[in-house]
Amino acid sequence: MKNLESTMAGTVFTVNVAIGEEVAAGQVVMVLESMKMEIPIEAETAGKIATINANEGDFVNEGDVLVTFE
Amino acid sequence: MKKVLIANRGEIARRIIKTCKRLNIETVAIYSEADKDLPYVKEADYAFEIGPSQVQQSYLKVDDIIALAKREKVDAIHPGYGFLSENADFARKAEAEGIVFIGPSPDTMEKMGDKIESRITMINANVPVVPGTEAGLASVEDAITAASSIGYPIMLKASAGGGGIGMIRCDDEETLLKHFESIKTRAKSYFGSDVVFLEKFIDSSRHIEVQIFGDTHGNIVHLFERNCSVQRRNQKVLEEAPSPNFPQEAREKLWEAAVNAAKAVNYINAGTVEFIVDHNHQFYFLEMNTRLQVEHPITEAITGFDLVEWQLRVAAGEELPVRDQASIKSNGHAIEFRIYAEDPKTFFPSPGTITVQNWETDEDVRIDAGYAEGDKVTPFYDPMISKVIIHAENRKLAIESAQKVFSSAKIEGVKTNIPLFQQFLDDESFISGEYSTSVLGEWMDKQREEVSK
Repeated sequence: MKNLESTMAGTVFTVNVAIGEEVAAGQVVMVLESMKMEIPIEAETAGKIATINANEGDFVNEGDVLVTFE
Repeated sequence: MKKVLIANRGEIARRIIKTCKRLNIETVAIYSEADKDLPYVKEADYAFEIGPSQVQQSYLKVDDIIALAKREKVDAIHPGYGFLSENADFARKAEAEGIVFIGPSPDTMEKMGDKIESRITMINANVPVVPGTEAGLASVEDAITAASSIGYPIMLKASAGGGGIGMIRCDDEETLLKHFESIKTRAKSYFGSDVVFLEKFIDSSRHIEVQIFGDTHGNIVHLFERNCSVQRRNQKVLEEAPSPNFPQEAREKLWEAAVNAAKAVNYINAGTVEFIVDHNHQFYFLEMNTRLQVEHPITEAITGFDLVEWQLRVAAGEELPVRDQASIKSNGHAIEFRIYAEDPKTFFPSPGTITVQNWETDEDVRIDAGYAEGDKVTPFYDPMISKVIIHAENRKLAIESAQKVFSSAKIEGVKTNIPLFQQFLDDESFISGEYSTSVLGEWMDKQREEVSK
């Protein structure tokens, strides 16, 4: 199982995937908002989403797990 | 006026405190958890924690801030820029408690905050506006019909938006279709209203604005223009006054239009009328900002006036310190650089602790810094950590002086856009002064091409 971690602290602006969804490498999984800027978080490799660990509006720190892959 | 609450943070709170101290006005600062160690908190006479770090739970808490202002028996509230500065509801609530809101009347703020209504007001005052729609667009079909009669490219904008947020350029019907719903959603979440409208996109245009000032006695003056065309992601990066490449005749017409715009709404206190100016120096009203601007220091540099002092005096019911337009003179050239904690290539934010912050400056250089060495730049607020303001006899000397400041500057712990300024100031596209709002983006593209060669 792989994890996708947040590259920076911020608030979750949108969650762009659903549990069970097959995503491609480079696909935008979430968009964070940090310092008034929207930052897309992309999947590093292709895979199926196992869990989504942050919801819209949540504050996340750098290194927090955003989603896990099966 | 004896005691003022500053409903803001960082460099602008600090800047307001500075003038208040000089005028023997006591200051009350508010701060979020994340900001408790910042310089402005220490420099204010009184400081109170207002809530957690997220702005919705701190700097935007209207009722808590009013309650604190009342408890501390302040005479007035200075909202700074951003946050509650253009919030008519906040201003009304303050005034209902007998506290002066330092800014225009809530009615004016409301009128100018609604971009569609402000367009109509300006059309009635014979101030030219960008061709566009005079009502909100009910559906994407309406948008497509309106866009084809205006002609592409167009800008799709949130009526409640401003400052470059909540707008997108659409070059054809396909892009308009693609973005219509997302701009509406975004407008709703950012501004609480999903009303959108269209404006023609004016190609190779400049963003030039005019500082205006009014008082409660009916006086209105302008304090010249500022060119704010160097932008990234529709956000200003540097501003200069006077505007380069702008003939005297066109400048005078622009000032006159700005004063007419201010008169149309009986404007009181500091305001800025923003225009889009095309390559023939033809200008169109864009929006009016009913507050002090981030870039006000360049106007202070060329006029020698303290705009925060003017704001305080006007709010106290005094007449403008200078009412005779002809006696207001512009002197030399000023440039402001916004120092952002961000990657200079990707523009991605770079929060962190400022471990070293060292500027070597002389008397013509003003640094308005929001943070001191050792302070943490957190992800909750915008990335601007300080402003560097250069004033010189002419533009060439101002650019030289800026290069000197940047080459000796040392900021560590966060990435900044200083390297970008150092290279961009050397580029002919900036030096010539003949640039439009696309200048920085085009320059960045050119840099990338050169690297990949």
